Amino acid sequence: MEPRTTADVGGMGHSLKRKEDPRFIRGRGTYVDDVQLPGMLYLDIVRSTHAHAKIVKIDSAKALAVPGVLAVITGADLAKYNLHWMPTLMSDTQMVLPVEKVMYQAQEVAAVLATSRYAAADGAAVVEVEYDPLPVVVDPRKALEPGAPVLRTDKKDKKDNHIWHWEWGEKAATDRAFTEAAVTVKENIYLPRIHVASIETCGCIAHFDKIDGKLTVWMTTQAPHAIRTVFALVAGHVGLTEHKIRIISPDIGGGFGGKVPVYPGYVIAVAASVLTGKPVKWIEDRMENLQADSFARDYHITAELAANKDGKLTALRIKTLADHGYTDAAANPSKFPAGLFHVCTGSYDLKAAHVEVDGVYTNKPPGGIAYRCSFRVTEAVHTIERMVDLMAHQLDIDPAEFRMKNFVKPEQFPYKSALGWEYDSGNYAGALQKAMDTISYAELRKEQAARRARGELMGIGISSFTEIVGAGPSKHFDILGLKMFDSCEIRVHPTGKAIARFGTKSQGQGHETTYAQILAEELGIPARDIQVEEGDTDTAPYGLGTYASRSTPVAGAAAAVAARKVRDKARKIAAHLLEVAEDDLVWEPGKFSVKGAPSQSKTIQDCAFAAYTNHPQGMEAGLEAVSYYDPPNLTYPFGSYICVVDVDAGTGEVKVRRFVAIDDCGNIINPMIVQGQVHGGLTMGLAPALFEEISYDEHGNVQGGSFIDYLVPTAVETPKWETGHTITPSPHHPLGAKGVGESATVGAPAAIANAVVDALWHLGVRHVDIPITPAKVWKLLREHGVRG
Amino acid sequence: MIPAAFAYHAPKSLTEATALLAKLGDGAKVLSGGQSLIPLMKLRLTSPPHVVDINGIQGLAYLKEADGFLRIGALTRESDLDESELIRTRYPLLHDTCKVIADPLVRNMATVGGNLAHGDPANDHPAAMLALGAQVVAVGGKGERRIPIASFFTGPFETALEPDEILTEIRVPVPPAGSGGAYVKMERKVGDFATAAVAAQVTLAASGVCESAGIGLTNVGLTPIQASRAEAALKGKRPDEAAIAEAARLAAEAAQPTDDLRGPAEYKKDLVRVLTTRALRRALERATARR
Ligand SMILES: Cc1cc2nc3c(=O)[nH]c(=O)nc-3n(C[C@H](O)[C@H](O)[C@H](O)COP(=O)(O)OP(=O)(O)OC[C@H]3O[C@@H](n4cnc5c(N)ncnc54)[C@H](O)[C@@H]3O)c2cc1C
Repeated sequence: MEPRTTADVGGMGHSLKRKEDPRFIRGRGTYVDDVQLPGMLYLDIVRSTHAHAKIVKIDSAKALAVPGVLAVITGADLAKYNLHWMPTLMSDTQMVLPVEKVMYQAQEVAAVLATSRYAAADGAAVVEVEYDPLPVVVDPRKALEPGAPVLRTDKKDKKDNHIWHWEWGEKAATDRAFTEAAVTVKENIYLPRIHVASIETCGCIAHFDKIDGKLTVWMTTQAPHAIRTVFALVAGHVGLTEHKIRIISPDIGGGFGGKVPVYPGYVIAVAASVLTGKPVKWIEDRMENLQADSFARDYHITAELAANKDGKLTALRIKTLADHGYTDAAANPSKFPAGLFHVCTGSYDLKAAHVEVDGVYTNKPPGGIAYRCSFRVTEAVHTIERMVDLMAHQLDIDPAEFRMKNFVKPEQFPYKSALGWEYDSGNYAGALQKAMDTISYAELRKEQAARRARGELMGIGISSFTEIVGAGPSKHFDILGLKMFDSCEIRVHPTGKAIARFGTKSQGQGHETTYAQILAEELGIPARDIQVEEGDTDTAPYGLGTYASRSTPVAGAAAAVAARKVRDKARKIAAHLLEVAEDDLVWEPGKFSVKGAPSQSKTIQDCAFAAYTNHPQGMEAGLEAVSYYDPPNLTYPFGSYICVVDVDAGTGEVKVRRFVAIDDCGNIINPMIVQGQVHGGLTMGLAPALFEEISYDEHGNVQGGSFIDYLVPTAVETPKWETGHTITPSPHHPLGAKGVGESATVGAPAAIANAVVDALWHLGVRHVDIPITPAKVWKLLREHGVRG
Repeated sequence: MIPAAFAYHAPKSLTEATALLAKLGDGAKVLSGGQSLIPLMKLRLTSPPHVVDINGIQGLAYLKEADGFLRIGALTRESDLDESELIRTRYPLLHDTCKVIADPLVRNMATVGGNLAHGDPANDHPAAMLALGAQVVAVGGKGERRIPIASFFTGPFETALEPDEILTEIRVPVPPAGSGGAYVKMERKVGDFATAAVAAQVTLAASGVCESAGIGLTNVGLTPIQASRAEAALKGKRPDEAAIAEAARLAAEAAQPTDDLRGPAEYKKDLVRVLTTRALRRALERATARR
């Protein structure tokens, strides 16, 4: 698409350099831990060494003797204010600090408040906690067995570890389709527990001003406004009210869903500041971050797929156990406890589908957050893409050809899926064909055959995913009752420059640039003349925040709508200045001119100046607008990825040799930023596919709780990503745009897993769970007779 | 991730340093590159009350050939090995090794002396030095002594060094013509310690027969392991594929790995077989080229 604006204006389609980068590149960003306040105190947290244990005693004497230590805060202290428990975003409950027992290893047990970070750490090291171990439940299947120890003894009537059952789709029709199917395939698929591992860990500075009763919290949060409301609702009884709470989310070093929840550390810091009247800083270290903050995935899936004898897919049936740890602290829209998992029919035209998910308590940290995957969309995509591949291999049809045959066709849009979603637009075959052409698919298949004949193991994997982002229409989407709109407020200054504020919060996505470009597109004001601000609840309009790829679909749309309101007013002003009727004006980015007399014109800057100096009689001065945008539908980005792997038969190592990613996110605002999002997303898709997992031994000891064993890939492990795109605009978004922040994370793991299975299929291998580690592959190879 | 409080000492000479160590006793730790010691302290897995930083002592960082040995000063950084023409051209086994230790940032700090003195069976230099038949030079209150590498590693994180001794130099016999070596490491990602790794050093006679072989194994036991039976099996033989396979089998037998997150023991044993094969092939190629 050719940009409509000049490079100087920098509207949509220009690869503008990111406005935020000069400060990041020069180390001048301001993250929470960079904020220093006079008289600040520091918190360090004592964490449980047990996965499940009664707390017999907490002895603080030694800690209190450490110079600089002011207090040791326990659950009993918080209980005095009824702050020892708090609600989760899923209306479950979570301990701030325990009074009776701990429920997972690394859970917060006590907090040490001190005058320096070092003193706090020294104090925390000598708090003595006596535990009485309780039976540990790690496996969600065992958690559901009769006689399993009931974990949530705090819930009076709770007799088991089952949290909720959720199902969607037509069971009878689906079962019938399976009975009638010519071919079915079934597989158990586990998506392991992983962690966002953002480079910046979580933390806050809580500052309660005892004189005016105002609480200011600098906080690593993706959703400052929602947090403010939650604080007001939860801590109303201790005197916090919403107009006296200010949440500031400064520069954020990666969020990926991990900075949506409210963590106990935040609440302890707030309580400590309210009690002392001093600013209190709490910053996690890396191990705390990995071991205690919200995890993602942990879905035990059993999936079945049915097809007729011509290889036409007919039905999908899924049963899933969702391991939530000891409380459901996911951040899904209220209506959907399993997120948008029911987008699991993917890019395929299925007649029937039925999904069941059961949430389960275990002795693990809580979470179930959407790690760069909207809400459970990676789980959905991984399942359908593995199953489609399995079916193709089973039928001995090339997986690309098989997909082409079963895709929803362009002419079927808007397409109503078997599970009730209305896909807005798509051209799935177009994206796959482009990926195949880019990677020379037919030649690769020939090469694979030749190599296989020589005993070499090469695989080609495809993933043709459909994403679902931009939550969401108020009819269906809310978090704790707050509807999932988002907002933009624009003020154009007299000299034609502008400030725009949003209810979202960038964590690296480049909002300061992307939003400025949207406004530049709509108003013709150069993007560099537009200051974008987010993250301060005292100044920004209310919004639900940035996660689930919703910023461009929702707040980006709000920007366009607000800009159009500004333009409408500017048109009236231009008509007044040019002494013509509004209808006699034509708009091109940045300028109104008189129809048939193009030399007679007024720029947007002229209009802005007049709005403050010479506005028409009867019109209010100023040039401002605000929009709270309630999206009519979600947007459905999609893409096709093809991956080539080589497997080392000796060591079991998988090397990604090539990876082509064709994405379609509708109209593109900044091509460079989109490509950057795809690069990062692909790397975060590679990570769980080959490297990352947090697991637990039978005692509930966390494995992979530091960067020694939590294997975040580096540039060395990351292949050269070959990216490209097709453009299928969203018909309902004001700019025709869709989200793109998560597509690659969602789509990439299946391509890699499919490639590995493809490399080993002829040996008899049918499935391998991610992460596909060398040890796992080695075992498969030896079991299937390859000595290496 | 904040260490306990400690006293910091920065002696300016070896004599001063060893005297300090003798005075402070068991509670003192020598600090070289700090890349093993400091992480342990930050995790409070160790909390030495005294840290004796030897980086201020002149003349402990060098690489030179003299008296039939390659002499490596204890404070030589991994990055120095990497950049050394001498190492790259004449000691390919060491060059391979330094390149797969940690990452460039760590290698700028980490020292060869510290890598051995730490006594970590997961470190890469111990196996390399075993394969090369090196000696370690230590200086203490009682003077200087030389310790053959084969008797240096006494247990997990334990070495033959006395508490008041400082490792000052590593001596590697200059390899005769017809020698070549290689280090092959399997790691889960860059910067990781080895799942298993194998160091191989061979010398070929003019006849093509294997005159001597050294094979060291990394991270498959409580200490670094010298695969002596595998070495013996190659000696005096023409190193064809069958001989390599037999040596690889014996090396795998010598490994005593345990299960951990890097993989089950049986996997690691088999890896030793695969990696020994690859290391020997590469070492032989290089030896042949230098005949
Ligand atoms: C992220 C990371 C990844 C790593 N990966 C690897 C790897 O893949 N392979 C590998 O081999 N190593 C690895 N290391 C370890 C690194 O190579 C270490 O630096 C090295 O093992 C120790 O060297 P140092 O100079 O840093 O020693 P220090 O940390 O300073 O000391 C280590 C120990 O040796 C003692 N010591 C040090 N020098 C002397 C001396 N001259 N005389 C007597 N005692 C002494 C110290 O008292 C201490 O107990 C890694 C380290 C990090 C941080």
